[in-house]
Amino acid sequence: MMLNGAEDEEKWLAEGIAGIQHNAFYMHRALDSNNLREALKYSAQMLSELRTSKLSPHKYYDLYMRAFDELRKLEIFFKDEGKHGVSVVDLYELVQHAGNILPRLYLLCTVGSVYIKSKEAPAKEVLKDLVEMCRGVQHPLRGLFLRSYLAQVSRDKLPDIGSEYEGDADTVMDAVEFVLQNFTEMNKLWVRMQHQGPGRLREKREKERNELRDLVGKNLHVLSQIEGVDLEMYKETVLPRVLEQVVNCKDDLSQYYLMDCIIQVFPDEYHLQTLETLLGACPQLQPTVDIKTVLSRLMDRLSNYAASSADVLPEFLQVEAFAKLSNAIGKVIEAQVDMPAVGAITLYVSLLTFTLRVHPDRLDYVDLVLGACVKKLSSIPKLDDSRATKQVVALLSAPLEKYNDIVTALTLSNYPRVMDHLDNGTNKVMAMVIIQSIMKNNTCISTVDKVEVLFELIKGLIKDTDGADVDELDEEDFKDEQNAVARLIHMLYNNEPEEMLKIICTVRKHTMAGGPKRLPFTVPSLVFSALRLIRQLQGQEGDIVGEEVPATPKKIFQLLNQIIEDLSNVPSPELALRLSLQCAEAANDCDLEHVAYEFFTQAFVLYEEEIADSKAQVTAIHLIIGTLQRMNVFGVENRDTLTHKATGYSARLLKKPDQCRAVYACSHLFWVDDQDGIKDGERVLLCLKRALRIANAAQQMANVARGSSGPVTLFVEILNKYLYFFEKGNQQITGAAIQGLIELINTEKQNDSATPDSASDAFLASTMRYIQFQRQKGGIMGEKFESIKL
Amino acid sequence: MVALFQSQENIVGEVVIEPIQGKKVEHNGVKIELLGQIELYFDRGNFYDFTSLVRELDVPGELYERKTYPFEFSTVEMPYESYNGVNVRLRYILKVTISRNYVSNIVEYQDFVVRNYTPPPSINNSIKMEVGIEDCLHIEFEYSKSKYHLKDVIIGKIYFLLVRIKLKNMELEIRRRESTGSGPNTYVETETLAKFELMDGAPVRGESIPIRLFLSPYELTPTYRNINNKFCVKYYLNLVLVDEEDRRYFKQQEITVYRLLET
Repeated sequence: MMLNGAEDEEKWLAEGIAGIQHNAFYMHRALDSNNLREALKYSAQMLSELRTSKLSPHKYYDLYMRAFDELRKLEIFFKDEGKHGVSVVDLYELVQHAGNILPRLYLLCTVGSVYIKSKEAPAKEVLKDLVEMCRGVQHPLRGLFLRSYLAQVSRDKLPDIGSEYEGDADTVMDAVEFVLQNFTEMNKLWVRMQHQGPGRLREKREKERNELRDLVGKNLHVLSQIEGVDLEMYKETVLPRVLEQVVNCKDDLSQYYLMDCIIQVFPDEYHLQTLETLLGACPQLQPTVDIKTVLSRLMDRLSNYAASSADVLPEFLQVEAFAKLSNAIGKVIEAQVDMPAVGAITLYVSLLTFTLRVHPDRLDYVDLVLGACVKKLSSIPKLDDSRATKQVVALLSAPLEKYNDIVTALTLSNYPRVMDHLDNGTNKVMAMVIIQSIMKNNTCISTVDKVEVLFELIKGLIKDTDGADVDELDEEDFKDEQNAVARLIHMLYNNEPEEMLKIICTVRKHTMAGGPKRLPFTVPSLVFSALRLIRQLQGQEGDIVGEEVPATPKKIFQLLNQIIEDLSNVPSPELALRLSLQCAEAANDCDLEHVAYEFFTQAFVLYEEEIADSKAQVTAIHLIIGTLQRMNVFGVENRDTLTHKATGYSARLLKKPDQCRAVYACSHLFWVDDQDGIKDGERVLLCLKRALRIANAAQQMANVARGSSGPVTLFVEILNKYLYFFEKGNQQITGAAIQGLIELINTEKQNDSATPDSASDAFLASTMRYIQFQRQKGGIMGEKFESIKL
Repeated sequence: MVALFQSQENIVGEVVIEPIQGKKVEHNGVKIELLGQIELYFDRGNFYDFTSLVRELDVPGELYERKTYPFEFSTVEMPYESYNGVNVRLRYILKVTISRNYVSNIVEYQDFVVRNYTPPPSINNSIKMEVGIEDCLHIEFEYSKSKYHLKDVIIGKIYFLLVRIKLKNMELEIRRRESTGSGPNTYVETETLAKFELMDGAPVRGESIPIRLFLSPYELTPTYRNINNKFCVKYYLNLVLVDEEDRRYFKQQEITVYRLLET
């Protein structure tokens, strides 16, 4: 009947506990009346409850603990010879008369503990006998608990150095030998547990088995506490023996746990000095053992140790810790053919972490680790395991975090090779990490070589990779990425113009391969980076006159020209136009009339040929006008040509209001409010009048088309222009003209067909207030404004 | 409480006869006998006297008052030990007889016990043996000695060479085999005196299990090889392995038990 295992177990446990309590009661009575015979009889019966096979480890532990408590009382009784009148030697024999082995051995251990305390026999003899006799219990669970009891009662009685039980020469060895033997036997029993019972319950059994692991591990803890286990003994005896058992037991659960245990319980210094032995065991472990975690923990401990004090670092060098670890990892990976890529890479991550913490100055080590990883990666197909990929990212991020400086990483020859093994998505993620690191640390990349390497690293962002599915790209991500690249370009900087020019050329080379989608993001950065160089050169100009300088503004402008041309081919005419204007302005500042003219030409060509959208045209024409207004490098002829073009295009815009606005904007082209700026009042007036005409035409068209004229906004805007030039002293603009315009506006407003519009009313009102204000201010300006009759 | 002697001892004592006050006892002589008897239960009534010694204490006459007769059997040969078995008893008796005419003799008995001690044997080999069931179970066991004194300890070990069956436990039994009679009338009685668990659970190949069994708690006698052609008592160690289906696999080995001469 397998009805209800858990319920049955509860029942059995309850029965066991009752049995123990019952017999313990009689045992107590016997103890109180100093009756040794009865005490032995009832204690043996009590211990017989531990012979059960029905309980899970968890429940058995419960039972064991109850018996354990009772045995403490028995031990106290045994100690007092006056009470029972039997010498401890005889007692030691007497308890062995018990017919059942389990109670017999529990009693033997209990008396044995008293025996050692009495010092009537050397501790080592008694311990040896006990550990040997315990072989009689081969049942895994019962054996484990029995031996655990033995370990417990003997703990404070080992003939350790400085212990009161220390005998003649070399008794520490006996203590060690005892614990080692008990450990070995316990581990064997523990390993054997998995073969108990039916196969289908294996999983549950392994879980239960895992619960018992600390019983085994406790022995290692005891070993580590033995005073006499110095480095020498650890190296010569303890570690080889423990490892022998670990390797030989061929059980993954045990091997994993015990390796971890060894690493955790013994001092760091010991590990460092026995690295070779410890690591030598790793490739011999079962392929299913999670060695990577074990080794990671070891390396963690060692790196913490290294971090704890600078004094220990020479030790690391002396024992060649890095070489050994690296070697061991290689062997483990070789030995465990089936280890998934993620495991191998995790190992490399740990090693790398170790290296970075222990040997931060040894970049060659870091590169070695990466190289080993590349080797491993190239032996397997491209990674498609997300966990493995994550580990690779961790591997690549570690040096960045450590050095806070991408420049260091750029000197690692294997770094880009590792990146090659990432899938496109992750490659991009990694590239982003690199860029973010640069941004965060404000790292300046200042040589062409490094720039080359950097672009190699982030090439996933720079151009389309083969086989990348474009459809899958997330627009948002793509924008983020490209913006990041754009920001990155600004971090590539060298104060030395020559080198900087080379950098710019390199960046250009790479970014130009980016294709139509990327260029709009990257080119502006590139252009501004180049413009910055130009301004820098401009500042230095005086110093370098006469020398053969490769980096001259002219040369750079040529370059820019090409870049913008490339961009316009993409096509991205609006952006190209803006950049052209920027360049023209820079050329203006450099006093390079021809260059500036060239750029303007480019801008106009773009306007004519590429910009067809009327809205874009409006924006473009305003940009052109704005830039052109600020140019002072042009001679009269060139300037005329350009302004003529600009006004011409303004008047040819599609919508009347747009025309109007562009035209009145053009008025500024003839009136530069500088000391020696052009001041052609007549042409200003011409522009404004033309604008008025267009505004009128717009009103009429609106009347015809919609039956109502539009708002008077355009007029008010023109009025504002009038006022501006009036104020600036343009003789052509008279108070009367302004007065006339105001009247016109008012008439328009009163027109039946006018549409009331609060915005333009407010605009007009505040314009009028301004005039009032200027009038009341008095002085020259006040007088001037007085001429406007309202 | 009974007196204890060993072979070659002098058995000295006195017999006191005290007639009832004011009466006389007329007799045809008084004698004391020392008898060694073997009594077989299935043959009730038959005693075999293997030893019979007589001392005349008095010539025929009359007794009026209490009279003491000293007696002595010098260096009596008592080769066999007193024994109280299942089917047989070996006893020593002192028998005093007052012979009378016409009326029955007056007879009194006094039992005493004989134990004979032996020095440690000069040759005491270990018992070592490999046994097994083909492809199933192979073990090698060793008992350190083949001859044990009554307070001895059996030390040994069992080494598992091959284990293909699921063992549950292993015991060591001490068995006593008492055989009486001879020929077709032989009666054999086997008793298990001790059941001592040596191992709990299933061992794997290569395990070695220690044996340490103290003999003192058990009521053993020395081995009696051939007592006057009437009976013999032998001891065996029986190693029993029990599997999970409660099948028992065993191997029995004779050991010799002796009474150690304490020095």
